[in-house]
Formats: sequence, structure tokens, C-alpha cells
Amino acid sequence: MITIPAAVDVAALKDTTLLNMGIFALFVAVTMVIVLRASRNNKTAADYYAAGRSFTGSQNGTAIAGDYLSAASFLGITGAIAVNGYDGFMYSIGFLVAWLVALLLVAELLRNTGKFTMADVLSFRLRQRPVRIAAAISTLAVCFFYLLAQMAGAGSLISLLLGISDWGGQALVIIVVGALMIMYVLIGGMKGTTWVQIIKAILLIAGAAVMTLWVLAIYGFNLSSLLGGAVDAANNPAVLNPGLQYGKTETSKLDFMSLGLALVLGTAALPHVLMRFYTVPTAKEARKSVVWSIWLIGLFYIFTLVLGYGAAALVGADTIKGAPGGVNSAAPLLAFHLGGPLLLGFISAVAFATILAVVAGLTITAAASFAHDIYANVIAKGRADADTEVKVARRTVVVIGILAILGGILANGQNVAFLVALAFAVAASANLPTIIYSLFWRRFTTQGATWSMYGGLASAVILIALSPVVSGTATSMIKGANFAVFPLSNPGIVSIPLAFLLGWLGTVLDKRQEDRGKQAEMEVRSLTGVGAEKAVEH
Amino acid sequence: MGNDARTQDAAASVDFEEVQATQQFKDLRKRHRSFVFPMAIGFLLWYFAYVILAAYAVDFMSTKVWGNINVGIIMGLLQFVTTFAITGWYVSYSNRRLDPIAAEIRHGIEGHDYDKSGNSALGGGAK
Repeated sequence: MITIPAAVDVAALKDTTLLNMGIFALFVAVTMVIVLRASRNNKTAADYYAAGRSFTGSQNGTAIAGDYLSAASFLGITGAIAVNGYDGFMYSIGFLVAWLVALLLVAELLRNTGKFTMADVLSFRLRQRPVRIAAAISTLAVCFFYLLAQMAGAGSLISLLLGISDWGGQALVIIVVGALMIMYVLIGGMKGTTWVQIIKAILLIAGAAVMTLWVLAIYGFNLSSLLGGAVDAANNPAVLNPGLQYGKTETSKLDFMSLGLALVLGTAALPHVLMRFYTVPTAKEARKSVVWSIWLIGLFYIFTLVLGYGAAALVGADTIKGAPGGVNSAAPLLAFHLGGPLLLGFISAVAFATILAVVAGLTITAAASFAHDIYANVIAKGRADADTEVKVARRTVVVIGILAILGGILANGQNVAFLVALAFAVAASANLPTIIYSLFWRRFTTQGATWSMYGGLASAVILIALSPVVSGTATSMIKGANFAVFPLSNPGIVSIPLAFLLGWLGTVLDKRQEDRGKQAEMEVRSLTGVGAEKAVEH
Repeated sequence: MGNDARTQDAAASVDFEEVQATQQFKDLRKRHRSFVFPMAIGFLLWYFAYVILAAYAVDFMSTKVWGNINVGIIMGLLQFVTTFAITGWYVSYSNRRLDPIAAEIRHGIEGHDYDKSGNSALGGGAK
């Protein structure tokens, strides 16, 4: 009943360009209308940054899934499983298990103690200026790495869909994506961005579900035969076993550990995920959002296992690697194989929407952090009125958009799941120790916080700069140079423990005592939600 | 609207150190930590055991169990199962053991039971 083309003819993809662009234009038009409607009553800073705290747990949970299931998850993981077999599945597991850290240790406590940004929580009981500046800098750094990954994904996707393989053409597309994103965020603020995330999450999960069922149907709903198909296509039984990518040497095994650590500890420290908890009215709704997003995200990652091995079996790893867009093209190629131009068009439009929405979410987070933490609290010392703050945030959006476009052009061609893993490593090193310590360790001090944040951030970024990702191998960003003295491509295994250690050391060596009353206030607020629960109490 | 995350009015004059020292609050903190800490350690250990096995026990993970499905894939899928299970467990624990006591303390604070002046304000019974 299903006609399956014998092999995927990559050249035939070019004929579908107009259709792809049409479907994508439709998505942009529909979401733009929604954003315009949603933004009608954006008045205060709480409206702009936190969507007036008007979303329900399930809406916010869907939006979190939308934020989290980025191009890295969809294009990157599917590609990694299709090409590297089992080792790619590791991403799915790490990205999901990580949510338990957010659920158990961070989400509700953070919702109860903050207002708009991560820095609100971290500076709650410590000295405002130094901690706020450190938290804002690390927020900006993590957002920047994450943005790079998304923009690089946009480049790969375009090269596949529009058959644009020259550098200038791809750069132009990245500029268009960046410009659209700036418009969404400027007009819609957090409310508009959230609605874009919700729509996109539903489309992405539905699209992945259809493809998963389709692949399973081809193999008679038998996972074992699907895996057998992947083995036959690759002519290598090792695709089902761990170690194909990371098992080659002792160093690469260590790299695998490092990746695993960064994935599981990064999520609860991602500023754009943390900021989502402020769009709901209460901690209970924050908990509901996390539960809702764990179910959606978990379901989606189970799909990636089928999609990845499905692409390996039906499209073939060599065809994927040879296609424009490389590893990242596995999911779109599988869509083309299954449903022809129409499904490819739909899946590609969803992938575009994904990139657009995630980039918008990151941008609003970075802008909020700059305007709220650096401008309003440090430069204007709290004397800026909300209007000026929102104005600064909007200008920051434009600056960040331009930076993201430039960075995306540079990072074009890297595996996006891998780039996102670097953002996770930076987040886990720079933010997580301070979040955990300030919520759970009474003695924690300002010096501990700044040592941990700057130490974690600097060690992660420097180790990445000195790693094979940047120089020394054929796939490095800077070709022809070799200053890769650090052997691992993910810095997590060094920088995360180091940041925890620095936080402890900075605290025990600190001669200053922090305000006892503030510590009591933070602990009581975080567990009881007093002051934060007004909206439902009255 | 009054739905900012930190509306000051209700909590401005509260003596939080007094609240923190109450038995009721200590109970809440103990119930919270005695659940989340062991659970966090447990799932992290289980996750790292899985990662270490995948890196260093390739032969074991490659053992075929049923058709082409091997131990690695089963353990990977079990990570999903445990994640869903812990999520459900935590929600039911919070609803039963944490939320009621947290709400009680919150009402106490909002009813001015812990104001800095030391004597309870008249509005105490309003809630």
C-alpha cells in the first residue's frame, strides 16, 4: 500500500524547493498573526519577559518541550543514530534523564525565589552586583553557544532543501532566519515567543510520531526487524552496539563520559529553560510544566531511536553523509523516502520552525538578562523604570540577533547535537554549582558564587578553545591550525567538578559572612512559595 | 494584577528567621530533602552506571537478548522507564507530603503570624 522509492535520489530534492518554501512561508504567516494577537497587551516588564505569568502548566510544559526539542534533537540526534548507531542514542537518554535534576532540585524552588532571570535567584541572598554580573555573563555565554548550534542547523537544513551548497547562499539563508527571529521577539515578547513554541512543539512531535509509525509499519511493528534492517544496510552488526563512535580509544571513551556528564547536568542550568518557569503563576504550575515536558520530551526521544535506525536502514549512512547538509540531513531524507516531496516539505518546515522558535527563546532570555541584570540593576542601579528596561531589552534583541547570524555563518556545517552538547557543558559548569549551592547550602557566600561561575565558565570555554573541536583535525572549525592541547571534545568532565570545587573553596576561604536573614528568607520562600503565590491565593 | 513572582506586601515585615526555626518548617525541609536527595543520587548513579557500561563493557551491552535487541538497547529504554517512574513518584509525594504543609506555613505567614514586631497582627484569622 505504500510505495517506497528504491533509493533516495538527492538530486530530486531540488524539484521540491518551491513546495518546501511554500509550507515554510505558511508557517511564518500563521505564527506571525498569532504573535501579533498575543502581543496586543504587552505593557509591563512582567508581560514582556514572563508573559504576564499567564500560562498554565500544560501550556508552559508544551512550550518547554518546544524550547528543548531543538534542531539538535531532531536533526542532530536522528543523524547521529543513523550514522554512528548506538552512540547517538546516548544523546537522547542524557537529554531526557537531565530533566529529573530540573524537576527534583531546581524548578519549583527557583520559581518561588526569582522574578525574571536566573540572576534573580543567584543574587537573592548574596551581594547583588558581583553575583548578578557573573550570572548575566554566563547566561549570555550559554545562550551564544546554543544560538551558534541552532544557526548552524539552519545552514545545513537549507543547503539540503534548497540545494544551495555555496557558502554565500547559505549565509543569506541564515540572515533571513535571523531577521525573522528578531521580528518575532521584538513584536511578541515572551507571550508571542511562547505561542510559537507551543505550535512548533505540537507540529514537531506530531510529525515525528507519523514518521515513527510509518517506519515501524514498514517493519511490521517489530523493533528487532528494524534494527536488523539497519545492520543489513550498514553491513555492520556493530551499529547496534555502543562504541562505534566513542569506543575507538581510551581518550574517546573518556570523551563519552564527559559528554554524558554534561548532558545530564546541563539542562537544569540552561538559562532559557529556567526562564520558562517564570511564565507560570505558581510553583505547582511550574511542577506541572516539568512533568508535562518530561512526558512530551521522553516520547519524542523514543521516536528518535526509531527515526535514526530507520534512516540508517531505509536511506543508508553513506547517502546521508554524502547529501548536502551531511549528518544533519538524516531526518529530512527519511521523510522524503517515506512520504515524498510533501512529507519532506512538512518535516522541513517543522525543522525550520524549530530553529526559529528556539532561537527566539534564546534571544529573549539573553535580552532579558542584559536589560534586567546588567542594565537595570547594575548600570542604572535599580533606578531604571520598567519602560526603559523593556526598551533596552528590545535593542539588545537586535544586537544578539546580528551576533547570532554572524556566529551561525561561522559554525555552519558542524553536527548540531554536538554543538548543543558544548552549550550544555558551559551551562553545567558555569551555572549549576551556584544554583545548587545557593538553594541548599546555608554557608554559601558571594566569593564562592563568583569563583564557581567565572571558574566554571572560563575553564569550559578555554578547554573548548584548546580542544579538537576548534583546531587540529579535519573537521575542526579552524582548519590548518593545531593548538588542540586538550584531547577531549567535551570539557564537562574537567570543568564541572572544577566549578563545584571552586564554589566550595571560595566559600570556606571567604572571611565575609552573608546576611543570615536573607538566607532564611530565601529558604522559606523557596519551599513555601510565600509572596510568589499571590495570584491564586486571592 | 499582583501576580509578580515576588510581591512584597505580604512578606515585607515577616521575620523569616523565626519561620525557619519553627518545627513545622523544619519538618517541611526534612520531608523535601529526604525525598529529593536520595532520589537524585539514585538516578544519577543509575545513569552513570549505564554510561560507564556503554563505554567500557561493550561486549556485555552487545549481548543479544531477543532478536536484534541487545542489553544496551534494553538498558537505554529502561532509563526512559525510570525517568517516567521517578517523575510520577515525585508528583504524588509532593501532592501528599509537601504541598499541604507548605500551604499551612504560607497561610501562617500571610496571616502575620511571624511579623517582626513579635505580636500577631489582628488580620491573623482572615485567611
